[in-house]
Amino acid sequence: MPETTAAHATTGRPPGSPAPDGMGRRHVALPLARLRDFALVPAIIVIAIVGQIVNPIFLQGDNLINILQTMSEISLLVLAQALVLIAGKMDLSLESTFGLAPGVAAWLTVAAGTGPGLGLLPGAWGVPVTIAAGALIGVVNALFIVRFGLNGFIVTLGMLIVLRGLLTGISGGQTFFNLPESMTYLGSTMWLGMPASIWVCLLLFAVGIVVMGFTRFGRALYAIGGNVDAARAAGIRTDRVLWIVLISASLLAAIGGLLLTGRLASVAAAQGDGAIFTVFAAAVIGGVSLNGGRGTVFGAFTGILLLYMIQNVLTLAGVPAQWIQALNGGIILTALAISRLTGGRSQE
Amino acid sequence: MEEIAGGPASPPPARGDGPAVAARPAAVEAERVTKRYGETLALDGAHITIEPGATHALVGRNGAGKSTLVSILTGLQAPDDGEVRFAGVPAPRPADRDAWRERVACVYQKSTIIPELTVAENLYLNRHDRNRLRLIGWKSLWRKAAELLETWSVEVDVRRPAGELGVEQRQFVEIARALSFGARFVILDEPTAQLDGAAIARLFERMRAMRERGVTFLFISHHLQEIYEVCDTVTVYRDARHILTAPVAGLSQGDLVAAMTGEAARLRDHAVRVPVPERAPVVLDVRGLSHGEVYRDVDLRVRAGEIVGLAGLGGSGKIEVAETIVGLRAPQSGTLEVAGSRPRPGSVPDSLAAGVGFVPRDRHHQGLVPLMSIADNVTMTVPERLGTAGFVSVRRKDTLAREMIDNLAIKTPGPELPVAGLSGGNQQKVVMARALAGEPRLLVLITPTAGVDVRSKEFLLGKVEESAGNGTGVVIASDELDDLRLCDRVLVMFHGRVVAELPAGWHDHEMVAAMEGVDLDA
Repeated sequence: MPETTAAHATTGRPPGSPAPDGMGRRHVALPLARLRDFALVPAIIVIAIVGQIVNPIFLQGDNLINILQTMSEISLLVLAQALVLIAGKMDLSLESTFGLAPGVAAWLTVAAGTGPGLGLLPGAWGVPVTIAAGALIGVVNALFIVRFGLNGFIVTLGMLIVLRGLLTGISGGQTFFNLPESMTYLGSTMWLGMPASIWVCLLLFAVGIVVMGFTRFGRALYAIGGNVDAARAAGIRTDRVLWIVLISASLLAAIGGLLLTGRLASVAAAQGDGAIFTVFAAAVIGGVSLNGGRGTVFGAFTGILLLYMIQNVLTLAGVPAQWIQALNGGIILTALAISRLTGGRSQE
Repeated sequence: MEEIAGGPASPPPARGDGPAVAARPAAVEAERVTKRYGETLALDGAHITIEPGATHALVGRNGAGKSTLVSILTGLQAPDDGEVRFAGVPAPRPADRDAWRERVACVYQKSTIIPELTVAENLYLNRHDRNRLRLIGWKSLWRKAAELLETWSVEVDVRRPAGELGVEQRQFVEIARALSFGARFVILDEPTAQLDGAAIARLFERMRAMRERGVTFLFISHHLQEIYEVCDTVTVYRDARHILTAPVAGLSQGDLVAAMTGEAARLRDHAVRVPVPERAPVVLDVRGLSHGEVYRDVDLRVRAGEIVGLAGLGGSGKIEVAETIVGLRAPQSGTLEVAGSRPRPGSVPDSLAAGVGFVPRDRHHQGLVPLMSIADNVTMTVPERLGTAGFVSVRRKDTLAREMIDNLAIKTPGPELPVAGLSGGNQQKVVMARALAGEPRLLVLITPTAGVDVRSKEFLLGKVEESAGNGTGVVIASDELDDLRLCDRVLVMFHGRVVAELPAGWHDHEMVAAMEGVDLDA
């Protein structure tokens, strides 16, 4: 028997033949991982060219700002969802938080009488209440998912329904008008010639890129999403990180809701209804994996940008509004199929 | 944290060269360690002493208490009773993970690498270098990771995603990471289970080099010859107790097996197999099977009752050929006939219907559904025998499962237990039971005894011989010499081609040389 092993040791690797799985072979490292971040950039350029051909308005400054502004609110949901997905969880309730957080603020600050408001708090409380409501929802989500170990999909599906119901309840199904000025400020002001909501959106995405790419916290999210046991073994406090990311996600959703509230100067009972599908689609098209551990904030941004550019092109092309939804769904499916094919994760 | 992370990039201090060897405390000492899980006694007053700079083997059959000892030595579990000391100092508190990491490192069978992240980031996860803004400096991280790997002569590009690494490279990266915490005591838990011969040789070379530099190893393996090759001392556990610690030199393999099994037993003692008659029907006829560079022009005929080995190192194509025969892959060209019928290429149901039973490569991935019961797992391939019109009769299923549990001597209280609760050897028996459930004409076994203890291995191979005796043709794709020894003939593959055919009675060195692609006569 020992002669077997002696043979192993002495023959070793025959010279000239590469080791099947060997240490000797040094791969020429293509920074594929980072190229993947820019996977959608060619598509965005193509859409821009098509848009310009369809209607020369497309590439004008006003139209581009229009695209960025209409996507700024929902893009914060995409940012939030991307963080949660990278950490290997998901949060469906974001779309309800998007409506409920500013809804609660409006309910408490809008004067009683004309609408469903209670007028319990002065108008200056609008923004703090929105933020607090977002944080509280995040805490509840994290309590169920992290503390009690329930499945994130089911918990946030339940939360989606409960929160939606709460907004319908407090508003009586009506829309809040006459919002305090503090709540409409961010969504309606211009900073340096651009709507403030675009600045807020770009700033938060920039922060997201830095946090996810250059901080231990961000890398911990990737580690947890990739292999939670390994992350724990590396000394990452996985539970605490998940608490923080779930609460941050709800906060981002609340801020997104606040931006939309400001732009429309109202909170409808259905604010955010159905947005979660677009959010997931944008994140996945942008290269964020539903299984966790993979994807970037920049990719998520290109995902939502692409979807809104296509929508804008369709509108400019004069596609009847009734058909936009069906086309939109078709585009999402096509984009998903393309990103699956180009994502390099096809079956062997 | 930072100091520790920074330290190991410089060569580790030389140890173990002083004259006062005898005066030094043992690197690791565990005394009177007892651990209980509910009713089961996992360790019963067991002890182990590992000298600094030694490569110490720990062997024992599945359930002997090896895994429990590992989790106690790594601080993942506290013993109910007993004491653990590192270099004479009592072990740190269980919660003090950092202190544990400085003393002991473990490379588990299950990877603790995060596939999506780069090698560099895996090495310095959660202790990344940060600049003045407290942001991660990727350049310096890559440099440091490259230096660390260079220190231990691991040649891997640190900017590759870790998921792209093979098992071998992954293990070296994990060892390097473990050492970077400052630990000079490394536990290797069955590191060779998924490696081929050449990779094992490289691992051993590296272990010897690290031992030169003062690293102490605890090496766990089911392969006794590996212990003879690389270890200097061996400790045997059996039934949760310490049985024996002895220098490897001077301990015969028979004695070692006897210590493990509690009885004098020869490792294998084959009756000479009766040659298969020429008239026996051909149950597998493969002609010109090719798939790009993976395998080319493979011809293979197996008669009823014949056992044919398919040997080769990792990447030789043997596994891919076997997987093509069972329908897990489709060939690009060539024909494949099973017992006279031609299953559709790449279709597992068709192959099963044609009379193929198989044990897939990796029981964790392809062999078992861990949370389903033994009964469900063993009857998965034969739904038609469980009832009509798609309904499953629980009674019939349990009866069938009970038969197979008896037949394969699976140690379980009953067929309803989830397979996840079984030991490795018994899990593999479940996979084997399923392969045999359909009473196959052709049995295809891919590395059927990987990660299985000596006894279960012998038992499984005995079952293979038994079913060949009943007229089943058998193909065994493996690089495990014990698996190949019972074959009537062995086809050896190298870089996708069949390069040799050895009739039964080959010498170990012939087989190894053939697998390595070396011509001994040259």
